[in-house]
Amino acid sequence: MESRQVYMDHGATTPVREEALEAMLPFYKELYGNPSSVHAKGREVRSAFEEAREKVARALGASAEEIYFTSGGTESNNISLRGAAKKHGPSGHIITSSVEHHAVLDVCHDLEKDGYRVTYLPVDRDGLIDPQAVEDSITPDTFIISIMAANNEIGTIQPIPEIGQIADRHNLLFHTDAVQVVGQLPVDVNEMKVDLLSLSAHKFNGPKGVGALYKRKGVKLNPLYKGGGQEGKLRPGTENVPGVIGLVRALELSVEDIPEKTEKLEFLRDKLIKGLLEIDDVILNGHREKRLPGNINVSFKYIEGESILLSLDMHGIAASSGSACSSGSLEPSHVLSAIGLDHHAAHGSIRFTLGRGSSEGDIDYVLSKIPTVVENLRRISPMGKAK
Amino acid sequence: MYNEKVVDHFNNPRNVGGMDAPDAVGETGSFKCGDTMTLYLKVNDGIIEDVRFQTYGCGAAIASSSMLTEMVKGKTLDEAMEITNKDVADQLGGLPPLKLHCSNLAADALHNAIENYRKQHGS
Repeated sequence: MESRQVYMDHGATTPVREEALEAMLPFYKELYGNPSSVHAKGREVRSAFEEAREKVARALGASAEEIYFTSGGTESNNISLRGAAKKHGPSGHIITSSVEHHAVLDVCHDLEKDGYRVTYLPVDRDGLIDPQAVEDSITPDTFIISIMAANNEIGTIQPIPEIGQIADRHNLLFHTDAVQVVGQLPVDVNEMKVDLLSLSAHKFNGPKGVGALYKRKGVKLNPLYKGGGQEGKLRPGTENVPGVIGLVRALELSVEDIPEKTEKLEFLRDKLIKGLLEIDDVILNGHREKRLPGNINVSFKYIEGESILLSLDMHGIAASSGSACSSGSLEPSHVLSAIGLDHHAAHGSIRFTLGRGSSEGDIDYVLSKIPTVVENLRRISPMGKAK
Repeated sequence: MYNEKVVDHFNNPRNVGGMDAPDAVGETGSFKCGDTMTLYLKVNDGIIEDVRFQTYGCGAAIASSSMLTEMVKGKTLDEAMEITNKDVADQLGGLPPLKLHCSNLAADALHNAIENYRKQHGS
């Protein structure tokens, strides 16, 4: 098969789609006004900006005054968790999961140092959180629950509406990091019963460095920064207008595309999973069905992830790994450890994430290259059957 | 992130595999990141005549293992004992700082093999 470039790391980031870029450009050129300015140059930008807020709200089933633009998922998570903690008081209890993204997990670790208590709920072998466990861990001083909508590494989709119901019943704040879900699957903040939801534009073919936070009306957070009055003082600072315009255009279009894209990606995903599992000693990580349409995560026994990535890269294939050697730390992914993988299986994990540009030709190409890659590395390995 | 020499050793590793009736076997397996290496030596008259390796690890670990096997062939055991992990990384033309620890397994496995050989042969 002819050599080609195959990008299968859409979970890391996606290319900006043409329509989003086109929409942004005028806001770098003639529409340069500061939306806070009183004059015409500012006013024309303000009206486009507020229209953008309306559209984000519509895409999430929210209302415009509940949308706050931020620099991305990490900032939205920080504003939610730290903001809720500071509002609540000097101590209190937070419930989250052991498979959250570092943008939630490390914030929680930090809040522990500040005197808050945090429960990190375990997950089952598929990466699922048990809603009953959420309810059982509620204590009188619990003030917020934060559970991701779907996992970035293994793609497992969490039972958010069920957990939302529990939070509602106990009158607790419920935050979800939906960075991997918005633009990929239908999102409705009322069906999900969330009070706070984080999203990031570059995961759905929008620009990097821009995201949003949905904050339900009436929910009070202490702002992390002081500055001007922008974004209801929750996130002061001159607005990233071109970024927000790009976010909105990309969001509108990806939400429109969801039915068609889901069908296509699920077909491609299942074909790739099936092909990969035909190789000896390969295991699928994450839930078989409750899984993001574009996520494939497998462990190749007896070989290490970074070396697999490197070999794939030689063939023009871009993927990612939960191995320690690819992260720069000495520990393998906390998510793979949480689903019970031993160190070696975690080190041998590879994540392929598909996106709107992915094609069946890409899948066939990967499946044509990977058996040899795995065989060559196993030939070098002292472990298992390779010996 | 890797230089051409590292990539070459990774893509075309030298002296890969096990060995029938080796004179010495060395292992490093205590690596926190999980990397392991097994090194096999044929020793004749105090000289390393042949060498083979098997490594589980990242690109840097595999390239370092391969590089080491080229460095030790024909050396006396005393000379081979002098080879350090840094020598291996240097011979590869350097490694990214974050990956340096991954190259530490090769010389360790070699020293372990030589120690095992000396224990058996009392030399």
